[in-house]
Amino acid sequence: MRCNQDPVTLNAYLDGALPSEQIAAAREHIGECAACAAELADFVWLQRSLRVARGHFAPSAEFRQKMQSQIAPRRRRPKMMLLISVALATVALLVIFIGGPQYWNRTDTMSEIADLHVNALASVNPLDVVSTDRHTVKPWFQGRIPFSFNVPEFAGTNFTLLGGRLAYVHQQPGAQLIVGMRQHKISVLILRESPELTRAFPLAGIVQNRSSFTVDTWHSEDLRFFVVGDTEPAEIDLLAHALRQANE
Amino acid sequence: MNAEYFEQMAMPLFDQLYNFAHWLTGDRADAEDLVQETYAKALKGFRSFEEGTNLRAWMYRILRNTYITSRSGLAAHAMSSLDEDDMELVAVVGHTITPESVLLKQETQSTVLDALASLPVSFREIVLLCDIEELSYREISTVLSVPIGTVMSRISRGRRLLRQTLATKPAVRC
Repeated sequence: MRCNQDPVTLNAYLDGALPSEQIAAAREHIGECAACAAELADFVWLQRSLRVARGHFAPSAEFRQKMQSQIAPRRRRPKMMLLISVALATVALLVIFIGGPQYWNRTDTMSEIADLHVNALASVNPLDVVSTDRHTVKPWFQGRIPFSFNVPEFAGTNFTLLGGRLAYVHQQPGAQLIVGMRQHKISVLILRESPELTRAFPLAGIVQNRSSFTVDTWHSEDLRFFVVGDTEPAEIDLLAHALRQANE
Repeated sequence: MNAEYFEQMAMPLFDQLYNFAHWLTGDRADAEDLVQETYAKALKGFRSFEEGTNLRAWMYRILRNTYITSRSGLAAHAMSSLDEDDMELVAVVGHTITPESVLLKQETQSTVLDALASLPVSFREIVLLCDIEELSYREISTVLSVPIGTVMSRISRGRRLLRQTLATKPAVRC
């Protein structure tokens, strides 16, 4: 027996790309239709089996070196370029000394936040507490940081809680949650609001920095939140929205 | 935006792009040529890249466009459009539970990879982008320069074709 369900809907459901208002109906249909449930199970199995294709073909060391040498900019510059660089550096220094303290404070803190995220990604032991269960991760921070916060429910979203770790910003302890989204990892930093942070980020909102990370920051009560990742700003915004709601 | 910045941003994508190129071309030398040409074009056109937009999708798009305008890519796409006629059959059997559907799960990983490699390129590329490179529908729409609706229907058809290929394939079993 065939059913009339559009197969596109089934695939969009699998990929988490179905509009939120259609998710419940799709879930209900899959629960009732054996054919669609079987097809969905096959697709899930296929997706898992296909993961081995990721990185299946690796470039040779010679080719990597060749490409790097072709792309790397020439390091040696002619004298004129050096003079221009010195002149530009002088102008930059003047700008920094005349009008830069607040900007510097902000950039400095932003770099520190981005460094914490990069450090977590690069670390051999990126997580102090490894769990996808928010009821395990949140209590782990009790007694380790001087405040409490709420972790939103990620079930039914594209986000997955991977765990958490302690983080220090301006010598103050805070919580760093690592949230997965497809192949991306996103850091959520939660700190106690301080005068330094308020001065550096007087307004909430998305900040795009040069290291290609998108950072969203806001404060709620006496807590300061940062969401840092290399995903699209809309996705960072979605995660930030869930955190805001959970901590209102 | 300078070459140093380009290097910093684009080189971390090198392994992923190479993997994608090799899956498309099926050959190491062709994949290397394709990646090399992609980076050369990207570096040349880096001024037109808007900072803050999706560099990953932009690079995949250049690679894919370079591939489909290459001789082997043109041939593969011409073959692919003929193969799409077979999709009527896939659509008919797609919603039917068959013994093959059960046997599907007994396939080995290498069989799955062989089936992926045998897909027509227009379906292979979309399965690669979605299930292996894990690009979002929006990113895939950018890479392939097609509307999101087309991405959705092509993913659906690509997965069904892969499933059908595996189900009708004689599997090696113990």
